[in-house]
Amino acid sequence: MKDDSTAEAYNFAYLDEQTKRMIRRAILKGLAVPGYQVPFASREMPMPYGWGTGGVQVTAACLVPEDRLKVIDQGADDTTNAVSIRKFFSRTAGVATTERTQDATLIQTRHRIPETPLHVGQILVYQVPIPEPLRFLEPRETETRKMHELEEYGLMHVKLYEDIARHGQIATSYDYPVMVEGRYVMDPSPIPKFDNPKLSGSPAIQLFGAGREQRIYALPPFTKVVSLDFDDHPFQPSKAAHDCDLCGAARSYLDEVITDDQGGRMFVCSDTDFCAGRREMGHKGRLWAPETEGAA
Amino acid sequence: MSLVEKIGTTDTPLLKVAGLSKHYGARIGCADVNFDLYPGEVLGIVGESGSGKSTLLSCLAGHQRPDTGQIAYDGRDILAMSESERRRLGRTDWAYVHQNPRDGLRMGVSAGGNVGERLMAVGARHYGDIRGKATDWLGRVEITTDRIDDRPSSFSGGMQQRLQIARNLVTGPRLVFMDEPTGGLDVSVQARLLDLLRGLVRDLGLSVVIVTHDLAVVRLLAHRLMVMQGGRVIEQGLTDQVLDDPQHAYSQLLVSSVLQV
Repeated sequence: MKDDSTAEAYNFAYLDEQTKRMIRRAILKGLAVPGYQVPFASREMPMPYGWGTGGVQVTAACLVPEDRLKVIDQGADDTTNAVSIRKFFSRTAGVATTERTQDATLIQTRHRIPETPLHVGQILVYQVPIPEPLRFLEPRETETRKMHELEEYGLMHVKLYEDIARHGQIATSYDYPVMVEGRYVMDPSPIPKFDNPKLSGSPAIQLFGAGREQRIYALPPFTKVVSLDFDDHPFQPSKAAHDCDLCGAARSYLDEVITDDQGGRMFVCSDTDFCAGRREMGHKGRLWAPETEGAA
Repeated sequence: MSLVEKIGTTDTPLLKVAGLSKHYGARIGCADVNFDLYPGEVLGIVGESGSGKSTLLSCLAGHQRPDTGQIAYDGRDILAMSESERRRLGRTDWAYVHQNPRDGLRMGVSAGGNVGERLMAVGARHYGDIRGKATDWLGRVEITTDRIDDRPSSFSGGMQQRLQIARNLVTGPRLVFMDEPTGGLDVSVQARLLDLLRGLVRDLGLSVVIVTHDLAVVRLLAHRLMVMQGGRVIEQGLTDQVLDDPQHAYSQLLVSSVLQV
């Protein structure tokens, strides 16, 4: 079978209609109670746990034939995970795909929020490994559920306290816990804390799927999301103190790339679409050398 | 204000227990327990293993629900409270010191974090203040401040128990439940811990319900004493009175069983 042909043997977007219905019910409940983890009957997907089985199921339940899908992995459109999932849906759902954030109607992401601001009508689907923000402090599921029920979130600050006591600052740099609408403490999935402010007041719908842990949670558009902190150690989104070496962007999240064994390194935007878009507009970074005609 | 004055000014009991019973199937956990605990008063509960002391304590602290009876704290019916209210009370006005400090501490969290947890649970959000209070309380329980960032797993048994006490008292509770706080400690460490507890109870005017099988502990700490056997209270009265002139046959046995060195 050719890669770009639609697999006729499968139902639209792989999952059967009853399963999609069940997932949609969980999504609707999640949207009705922002930040609350809704249990759902996660299915076996044709990929290993940890590769985005939760996100893929949420995406499958949300896709319609008119959608245009974008998939990113750590901000990049061209990494294995992103390419595989994009190909999976173009085969099983036959939907159009894109790499451009503003053109996509549904974006599945692993560990980043695109730099380009999202707009009304878009859905952002996160892949979540461990949905329970309290898990590493309180291993008992019965107890963490009770803590959510009774809003006993002091423990979350114990984690931040430990950070400051040990490192002099809040060293948690990803998976940074947030408070949703003053009610539920939520794990934003392992996005860098640089992206945390983008969670709040976003015009797009944000859905979180954890396949192994069988939980779905959601942020409806324009939800207030606050990163937890101390009065004397306020939340600070952090990034590498550089400009992008390809597009020169000063305010985008950067990946550090080791270029040789002499200590050479470069910093590039982790969001490849954002970086390419800026270069098209003529922005140049320190190391940008346009490919000459005929070069491979 | 001295302790005597404190007790003198309040004639309403802090904790009022009436007709409390708890059964495990057909077996009796504890049956028909009645007592009043006044502010600043320390009540000791002694008895052999299986006499229902721990069942009684866990019913009082809200860890288990009694079958019948009433518990009123500060005029409020504990059993009619919602769980969130009861747990809130457990974090603010009450404290529970476990026999094994591992049950009461978070072993993966530093000493300072352990003490600070209750403060953060009731809304403290200023790191400097929390740290200051934790330092102060570690000092009060004789843990040197350079250990503040060490985990309790690196502490000795006695230090862990003192840390547990600091963690419990930091929010200024009025009522403390203690389940064999000196169990498993050697005698010299026990003596220091008892000395510390006695000082804290006196300075802070705490009301304490202390469960133990060690008569020396209640002799030092408790104002009043309840002797339990087979789930029932068989004798109660002032500590010295019960220990020096036990009336019930079992109390006499208990007192005479203490080894004189």
